Amino acid sequence: MDLKEYFSLVFSDYTLRTITLGTAILGAICGMLGSFAVLRKQSLLGDAISHAALPGIALAFMITGTKDTNLLLLGALVSGLIGTFWIRGIITKTHLKSDTALGLVLSLFFGFGMLLLTFIQKQPNANQAGLDKYLFGQAATLVEKDVTLMAIVTGICLVVLLLFWKEFKILLFDADYTKTLGFNTRFIDILITFFIVLAIVLGLQTVGVVLMSAMLLAPAAAARQWTNRLSVMILLAAVFGAFSGVLGTAISASQNNLSTGPVIVLVASVFVLFSFIFSPGRGVLFKQVRFWQNRRDLKLQKTLQFMFDIAKTHEDISHPHAIKILNNFQGFAKTSLKEMEEKNWVKVQGQEWSLTQDGYNAAENLYKQ
Amino acid sequence: MEDRKIAVRVDDLTVAYNYKPVLWDIDLTIPESVLMAIVGPNGAGKSTLIKAILGIIEPIAGSVTIYDKPYEKQRKLVAYVPQKGSVDWDFPTTALDVVMMGTYGKLGWIKRPGQKEKKASLEALEKVGMLPFKNRQISQLSGGQQQRVFLARALVQDAAIYFMDEPFQGVDATTEIAIINILKELRKAGKTVIVVHHDLQTVPEYFDWVTFLNVKKIATGPVKDIFNDDNLTKTYGINYKVAVNK
Repeated sequence: MDLKEYFSLVFSDYTLRTITLGTAILGAICGMLGSFAVLRKQSLLGDAISHAALPGIALAFMITGTKDTNLLLLGALVSGLIGTFWIRGIITKTHLKSDTALGLVLSLFFGFGMLLLTFIQKQPNANQAGLDKYLFGQAATLVEKDVTLMAIVTGICLVVLLLFWKEFKILLFDADYTKTLGFNTRFIDILITFFIVLAIVLGLQTVGVVLMSAMLLAPAAAARQWTNRLSVMILLAAVFGAFSGVLGTAISASQNNLSTGPVIVLVASVFVLFSFIFSPGRGVLFKQVRFWQNRRDLKLQKTLQFMFDIAKTHEDISHPHAIKILNNFQGFAKTSLKEMEEKNWVKVQGQEWSLTQDGYNAAENLYKQ
Repeated sequence: MEDRKIAVRVDDLTVAYNYKPVLWDIDLTIPESVLMAIVGPNGAGKSTLIKAILGIIEPIAGSVTIYDKPYEKQRKLVAYVPQKGSVDWDFPTTALDVVMMGTYGKLGWIKRPGQKEKKASLEALEKVGMLPFKNRQISQLSGGQQQRVFLARALVQDAAIYFMDEPFQGVDATTEIAIINILKELRKAGKTVIVVHHDLQTVPEYFDWVTFLNVKKIATGPVKDIFNDDNLTKTYGINYKVAVNK
């Protein structure tokens, strides 16, 4: 199946449609909530939470013995939330920095999770295989029930986001100030964190524990490059996330042996790379272009100023002078001279230049503002 | 002077990080309609005092009343200007948007700001001379302009008492004069303004009330009565005659 075939099948083929819809919704909700994580400088929180979810999945399986996704994800949610509270507890109770707390919780929970997984795999139980799909994700296992759950959670998240938009925004920008206004900042904080945990847990089946944080961060990081408005950023992040989901699924479905989760993450990373280079306001490319432009303008102005200083000393401002005397400007004179000639600021005749009235006026106004 | 109402009363306020007291048993009575400087050396707990009064930091003991009622019930009477460096100015928002945040407290939960709030915010921007920059992304403002935006955000709260954490830090002379003029106007309008301040030289010129702080409260009162060498020496531990020989 090539890409073209994929897009012709995506609306008719049930499995393809389910998976595509699932990854699109997942990308959108992760993009939205990832914006919050990025703006709160909690980029690594997602990584810690997703790893912290692993033992929950294993324990849920050991207790219930079923592989029902919803039950396992419930386990993931509980252990993800416990991990989150531990992180907050470590930060407030000890004087360790947040990166240390994140690293500790991440490795502790992930280690425990891996231990449980290997233990489960050694059990004589026909049902045990397949739990390791939560490590790297397996989009192909998505069924309609999973997608419906994702859609419901995304819908609730959207309603909460719209309802508490003002509170979220002010907390993200200035938490202390928010407190003085009388808002319960802990409640807003817990609300945001809870939804981030929820989004991560939803993505485990598709993208997996290991790569989940990229789903949160990449669309948000890309979106930040294109706008200076929070609402637009969150919208863009959702769009980028959804597109990464769809494109990633398309690419992995049209090739053999390409796992969907990693491909989605790679597509999202391409969005990031593209945005870092080509965004007009913050991109590397346009920054460099603006730098060159400024330098050229400055060179031109410097030469004009020099000419003006010479012309001033003569009765006739258009008295011709040798081009040679401009060579103080280390070879910049030639292009600058050409440009000035085009602007009709100077006349060049042979090896001599003379300032025009226009050029004189322009020079006079150069530093007056 | 004596029949002035008490705007802020702090009783036995103690704050400690890691068992080490940062503020020790602070009693403070601030009358209405003064422009008060809190001065003291680095680490004296000046910012902490403001934050503890505003409930941003939890004190281990003590109480705060605003116009004789507990602070928690009087939040709408209080506005706060945090230190400029306490937020990330690369946040995706505009100057006007930041000022509008000052209206959120009175709006309460969920309700969005409307035309009325926008008008008030524009007026506040105008007052601090930032109206031409209302749509500017906040990272593209200079340090002084960012400080003015923060001031405008507090002004739009239309409070009775203003707490400001080093509003003159890193601003140029023009901005400093613009800000102090606004603060003096606030005092004239009967508001109480409390400022964490670093520059001892300008205290007599800018303020009419002063609190000396160094973990404990050293002294508090009118500048003309208590801003003297004795209190400065007690607070800073060295002779400050040279610094304030005006």
